[in-house]
Amino acid sequence: MRVPRVLLAGAASLTLVLTACTTDDPEGAPGAADGGQEGSLTPDAEWFDQAEFDTQLAQRDITPEGPEDEPWMQAIEPEWIDTSEFAIDDPEDATVCFSNASVSNPWRVTGFITMEQQVEELVEEGRIGDFRSSDAADDDNQQISDIQAFVDAGDCDAIIISPSTTATLTPAVETACESGVPVIVFDRGVNSDCMVTFIHPIGGYAYGADAADFLVENLDPGSTVLALRILPGVDVLEHRWAAAQQVFGESELEVLGFEFTEGDGAQIKDLVSQHLQRGDVDGIWMDAGDGAVAGLEAFEDAGRPYPVISGEDELSFMRKWDEEDLTAIAPVYSNFQWRTPVIAAGMILAGEEVPAEWVLPQEPIREDELDDYLERNSAMPSLHYAKFGGEDLPGFPEAWVDR
Amino acid sequence: MTSPVPTPSRPPERVPATGAGPSRPDPVLSLLRSGTGTVTVLLVLIFAVIATQNPSFFEGPPLMAFAKKVAPLVILAIGQYLVIVSGEFDLSVGSLVGAQVVIAARLIDGEEAMTFPVIGVMLLFGLLVGLVNGLVTTLLRVPSIITTLGTMLILFGAVRHWTGGAPTGALSEGFRVFGRHGLEGVPVLGQIPWALVIATVITAGAVLLMRSPYGRTLMATGDNDTAAAFSGVRVWRVRTLAFVGSSLAATVAAILIGGFAGVTAQVGEGLEFTAITAVVLGGVVLGGGRGTVVAAVLGALTVEALFTLFNQLYLPSTIQPTAQGLIIIAAVAYASRRGDLRLPERLRRRPDHPTEQPLDSPRR
Repeated sequence: MRVPRVLLAGAASLTLVLTACTTDDPEGAPGAADGGQEGSLTPDAEWFDQAEFDTQLAQRDITPEGPEDEPWMQAIEPEWIDTSEFAIDDPEDATVCFSNASVSNPWRVTGFITMEQQVEELVEEGRIGDFRSSDAADDDNQQISDIQAFVDAGDCDAIIISPSTTATLTPAVETACESGVPVIVFDRGVNSDCMVTFIHPIGGYAYGADAADFLVENLDPGSTVLALRILPGVDVLEHRWAAAQQVFGESELEVLGFEFTEGDGAQIKDLVSQHLQRGDVDGIWMDAGDGAVAGLEAFEDAGRPYPVISGEDELSFMRKWDEEDLTAIAPVYSNFQWRTPVIAAGMILAGEEVPAEWVLPQEPIREDELDDYLERNSAMPSLHYAKFGGEDLPGFPEAWVDR
Repeated sequence: MTSPVPTPSRPPERVPATGAGPSRPDPVLSLLRSGTGTVTVLLVLIFAVIATQNPSFFEGPPLMAFAKKVAPLVILAIGQYLVIVSGEFDLSVGSLVGAQVVIAARLIDGEEAMTFPVIGVMLLFGLLVGLVNGLVTTLLRVPSIITTLGTMLILFGAVRHWTGGAPTGALSEGFRVFGRHGLEGVPVLGQIPWALVIATVITAGAVLLMRSPYGRTLMATGDNDTAAAFSGVRVWRVRTLAFVGSSLAATVAAILIGGFAGVTAQVGEGLEFTAITAVVLGGVVLGGGRGTVVAAVLGALTVEALFTLFNQLYLPSTIQPTAQGLIIIAAVAYASRRGDLRLPERLRRRPDHPTEQPLDSPRR
């Protein structure tokens, strides 16, 4: 009896392995990742849209409309739409509801503080009355029920949504639209255009290309580049990598491969150390700056010269950049976009025109601006984002310093 | 349902040799038959494959870099071993590591003078968490999987609340020495990381501890706490101390991990399962009473070597957890079929044995 049982267990595991393969194959992603890990430079079709890529790259060079010193009010090629149907008589009593995907990373924490400070200013000005927010902790189902709760309560005069994922949240956003109140979506998008305005910076392709272009310009042909990525399957991050693949594919740099790090410093340091044991790494491309400093420390500990690196506008990285005089760039996924949705809510409730798609500027921080941004953020903690854009808000700087 | 055909893997059970017990005196065989057998073979196998992929791995500095990375996991595995061998679980260690690093960064805030006072605070905090885990489990009789799951969530939430989601402050250079630097200028090796020294000392300490009366009591408690209680063991105290040991180990691991890579928002995430994996892979039986410290340490080395191997093979990160899961199941299944995880025949409990029946009834 014993031998058949072993066979049975073996057969079961084999089935498991085989079914795992068959369910994965149709998606096409794992197959492409197999090659990608070793540095394939053809973007995955699922995550690459040539037209959108070209649009975003072009948007980088367009001068946005709006006040120059208030980037959160600027818009690239806006198509202004009338919102008079949503105008209410007493905006000072209006309730603005916000369904937040989460505050699970420092970028979102920084942004949410900025949003709360912006709300305080708007309340003082009498443009909105009350602000309510719910946090779904990165859980789609939780966010769907959060939005439903806002709709059911019936006392929201405007609903702001920062969706946790694109496809799953689409019906929930549509439900909110059907309730008749103005809906504002920002950061990640949904597959619908029922909202009054969709607010976002230029996007992932521009981010990834800014970073990759910098490495191509600053490294000699034939130099090696290692890509560090947070996670697979998140659209904003996949777009950054797809753009980088596109840029590196046309360059003469040698991409060693990419690694998923979950943004964990210990993993990043270990992975970079291992690559250094096997050969030279001349450049580091990152899809987000979390843990960039740990990656640089791997070079220090191995006694190797610093790489040319693209991080993010996170202060720990920018301070390291300044101290060690690195050749670096900080691509920016504009954190100040958290101000815009509440301002837009105030505008819509007053019946003012807003852009149907509000594309905010997104400019990387380069060496010539480094000192300026470090100066402006000198009191901020190291996991703060330099382009948070809240310097003129009432709670500055305490709200961000004592978070 | 028992098979009349003897299984080839366990001949001694079926062929009772006259005089010589079921285990032979052959040292090689007895090593292979002990809990450490399978994991040792697996570790050697993984290192062999790494060597073919990257011959320079064993040249000193890369090996020391590996030691630096694996040290915190070794220490966590030792802590987890103490708890598992006593028949319990500690799921709170990952959160505790995260909490400790965040506390350290916030309290030190870059000031060298604060380094040692803060390490003191961290050890006290670790002690406190261990005491809470232990006392809630033993005196309030909450199953440890629930207790430590609760502690894990409490710590995770409290740290999130305290920091608003993003850690602030910075670790001092003095704090980071333990996890990042080492004894420089050693011939061949280049640098002996302090992390390796600390892990070695703790391993030696744990081996001695398990040979001490406390260690034997701990093992006995895990094997059968009723029997242990009847022979005069204060079970609650023995188990509480095991939890304290685990939390203190997590604190030391936090010092090393924080030192290794600095503060990130994700530090410590998922470490509890890596530590439990390491212990189980070493052949320590969940439920308690069997397994050695050395096996747990070897398990930790194996898990980390596996990560290194995956990286050397350029295995896609997306498939790595799957490969890891398959290897772990295969290794533990193999070990248990070979009998690594079984008690010798003479010690195995037989509840249906007629002579044990009278002992059972008076207990109830």
